[in-house]
Amino acid sequence: MTKTIPDVVCPFCGTLCDDLEVEVSDDGKTIVDVYNACAIGAEKFMHAQSKDRVKRPRMQQPDGSYKEVTYDEAVEYTAQMFAKARKPLMYGWSSTSCEAQSVGHEIAEKAGAIVDNTATVCHGTTLIAVQDVGIPSCTLGEIKNRADRIIFWGCNPTHAHPRHQSRYSIFPRGFFVNKGHKNRKVIVVDPRVTDTAKMADIHFQIEQGRDYELLSALRVAVRNEPLPDTVAGIPKEKIYEAAELLKSGRFGIIFFGMGVTQTLSKNHNIDEAIMLTKDMNEFTKFSIMAMRGHYNVTGSGQVLGWQFGYPFCVDLSRGFARYNPGETTSNDLLRRGEVDAVFVLGSDPGAHFPISSVKKISQLPSVCVDPHITPTSEISKLHVPVAFVGVEVGGNCYRMDNVPIDARKVVDPPEGVLTDTEFLTRVNKRLGELMGVA
Amino acid sequence: MTATEYLIKNGFVFDPVQGIKGDKADVAVKDGKIVKSTELSSKAKVIDASGKTVMAGAVEIHAHIAGPKVNEGRNYRPEDKLFTYTPKKKGSRMAGGFSIPTTFKTGYEYARMGYTTCMEAAMPPLFARHVHEEMKDTPIIDEGAYPVFGNNWFVMEYLKNDEIDNAAAYTAWLLNSTKGYAIKVVNPGGTEAWGWGLNCLTVNDPVPYFDITPAEIMTGLMKTNEYLGLPHSMHVHQNSLGNPGNYTVTLDSLKLAEGIKANNKFGRETVLHSTHLQFHSYGGDNWGNFESKSKEVMDYVNRQKNITVDTGCVTLDETTTMTADGPFEHHLTELNHLKWANVDVELETAAGIVPYVYSPDIKVCEIQWAIGLEIALMAKDPMRCFITTDHPNAGPFTRYPRIFKWLMSVDARKERIESFKHSAKMVDATHIAGMDKELSLYELAQMTRAGPAKSLGLASIYGGLAPGMDADVAVYNFNPDTPHKPDEIEKAFSSAAFVMKTGTPVVMDGEIVSNGNKRTIWVDAKVNENPQVMRDIKDKFLRYYSVTLGNYDVTKHFLSGNPRVIEVDATR
Repeated sequence: MTKTIPDVVCPFCGTLCDDLEVEVSDDGKTIVDVYNACAIGAEKFMHAQSKDRVKRPRMQQPDGSYKEVTYDEAVEYTAQMFAKARKPLMYGWSSTSCEAQSVGHEIAEKAGAIVDNTATVCHGTTLIAVQDVGIPSCTLGEIKNRADRIIFWGCNPTHAHPRHQSRYSIFPRGFFVNKGHKNRKVIVVDPRVTDTAKMADIHFQIEQGRDYELLSALRVAVRNEPLPDTVAGIPKEKIYEAAELLKSGRFGIIFFGMGVTQTLSKNHNIDEAIMLTKDMNEFTKFSIMAMRGHYNVTGSGQVLGWQFGYPFCVDLSRGFARYNPGETTSNDLLRRGEVDAVFVLGSDPGAHFPISSVKKISQLPSVCVDPHITPTSEISKLHVPVAFVGVEVGGNCYRMDNVPIDARKVVDPPEGVLTDTEFLTRVNKRLGELMGVA
Repeated sequence: MTATEYLIKNGFVFDPVQGIKGDKADVAVKDGKIVKSTELSSKAKVIDASGKTVMAGAVEIHAHIAGPKVNEGRNYRPEDKLFTYTPKKKGSRMAGGFSIPTTFKTGYEYARMGYTTCMEAAMPPLFARHVHEEMKDTPIIDEGAYPVFGNNWFVMEYLKNDEIDNAAAYTAWLLNSTKGYAIKVVNPGGTEAWGWGLNCLTVNDPVPYFDITPAEIMTGLMKTNEYLGLPHSMHVHQNSLGNPGNYTVTLDSLKLAEGIKANNKFGRETVLHSTHLQFHSYGGDNWGNFESKSKEVMDYVNRQKNITVDTGCVTLDETTTMTADGPFEHHLTELNHLKWANVDVELETAAGIVPYVYSPDIKVCEIQWAIGLEIALMAKDPMRCFITTDHPNAGPFTRYPRIFKWLMSVDARKERIESFKHSAKMVDATHIAGMDKELSLYELAQMTRAGPAKSLGLASIYGGLAPGMDADVAVYNFNPDTPHKPDEIEKAFSSAAFVMKTGTPVVMDGEIVSNGNKRTIWVDAKVNENPQVMRDIKDKFLRYYSVTLGNYDVTKHFLSGNPRVIEVDATR
């Protein structure tokens, strides 16, 4: 007999679906099947079962091979690294719980580290734009219950946030939109004909990198002011038509992704998108939301916010918190050679940072805390495998709309494998001893 | 070794609970409680308070200090941290921020001023976890949070049909699920209307679709509150906040309390708490003829014994406004064109944030400053009028000592008025220049300790120095018997000489010495089983919420290690 655990939270993307059902064996040790999840989410649970999983820390040897070490040795190496470093970088934090982040921040305070999360190469530009112009937003349930105008700008949820459209944005039958997708008009802005674009009522196949122009043109069009014949490759008639469509709605929303945050103009694109949203509130109700990637990158910004006052790239090396994107952001620090140790938890910069940054990590004392073998674990001096958050240990996470949801534990981790929080707590304690503070 | 017995000797004690008005007396503490001096052994540690003022730890009835909008304020205003950071010290974390300090700074700064209990004024139920996570990271002070009910779909549907027992069952369920403390109402109906970009600006404006009025929501929630017998009364932020001429809406709202009787076992005699009254006491019909209507409002408050109010005093700083009154923040960003953040919360509420500069060079701000102080000075019963800044809306809580100075000194007020840019126009539009009342320390203790504790239904625990109460004690470097300059008031109350929280010294000479033993206070209300309400809850979660019912409840995991549960039995 197996048993089914309801209301399981999916630890994959920022959609943070919390309606999964996980079937586990009678002894509660193995996952048999996962229901309601998308293909990626289901794989995250099933992957935790893999037989070749690393279960003990591994230390890189001079010849590049790895030698298994104990957790005690791993804690000692990590604590010593922090104690010796003058300006260590603690990067990641997006695929772990808020509890673990919080312990990480205590270590950072002691060590005088820089704490940065994956927003630094993702929605960090959004966070900067919000600091410029604010952000009118809402929870995803508001979209489900009210929204009749949906814009996906530079994002492709069909592949990146697979259940977003069925749970919140296009298909659900909400309180005031009880016919589901028949009540909604969908606009997609993307230079590619993505699977999301194929579902749109209007697809603006914009010239690549021209988002700022088109956003500005929409601000002009909603005011009925004159436009040139084409903007960003879109004929002006189509832009006026879209503006009228948006104004005729009762509740609109812009979802946007990396297609606007990390292309030409970066945070200025988001400034403009937010100002369009603000303008639209003169005519109807309008919101805007970032399609956050990792399941708890939002949570990292929240915990950093209440503990230090800034959402990413927080520099504690001077004994008080500083924030200066461009100076205190991970890639800038790495490429300038400003950090002397790297600690990675809950992300894979080895796969996603520029090669110039990755080379620096490989040359420095470095620790990678990750359940998987990743490009980062392969270039780090020490790889510490841990339990999967959301599968083998619970903890709080924040959805892309900042709604906090407590991830659940469905099975035990392999025997003897520590959780993020346990490992960090031991490092924190040892670091305290080394530095002579309680 | 930590002592568990203390004797705070020879201070000038101000304690409204026992009616002590500055007599020299000793305060004895044993095992976290106030005791009679005779119960102490010879091992008691003596704290010399001679020449100093001794009061109970202060009680904050309304401040926005934890949760999603506070944190959005922190994250979207890096500029608020400029020049504010204090580094990590032995036993305390690094701490920064001015109008929206980090959680650590919030705990430390309240404690340094002698505040030991604080209520977070607006908790969106869907974000309750976030509020509790922040409260867990706020050291020293005991905290509770008020979930917002005034735009909740369940509440509006039950109250529309006058189903008080169903509203009560839902309220009890929500307080339990969110570990909340009281019924908070913010712009009743107006915030739901904001879901469509609309608002309710009088107590009779119908709420779109729900076909109920703000007056019906407030009356229904007062009845619900008394049906349950909760410790605090309904806590309301009325409609039409911040608009010239809104005092009539305020009076209409306050009048709803007439005829409703308090029913509870906590010694609370009031049924409605009207918060940040300064923002609701405006006359005129535009910003040009904007004027104070504090007298009209306070005349009513003084007569109507079953309401309490807090002031919402403007401190004349650059600050960050934040409220569940979503439409108001949109209105404000249209006025000052500063960055606007908004969050609409499904089925429950909304919130907005806009920075604001209360400038002594702007007439309206000067008048607002006067109105806040007038409300406190006009209060006939200091046990029903409490000093707040609606932190951070009218100014940061760290300015309380400055407000005390203005309230306790005509000279300080005069100096401030004379240096306003538009002082003559301001004086014409307000009453402040003609007021010679100076608050006594006893009245201050009523307005910041005993009064709020009583309104919260916590009078037997907090806000006093009677034996049996929690040993929350503040000692200030202030000798009431010697002449003093107004600035000495501000200085003394900014940085207490000694503060004790539940028997543990937490502040000495203005420095944090311990993170104390913080507790989270919440109300566990028991009601009869109500299958209809439980069915409605299941149905709404299945169809309209974006989280499952099973993931909504704030598990005990989110409370600080030290929950303080106030139990209420409303079964019948």
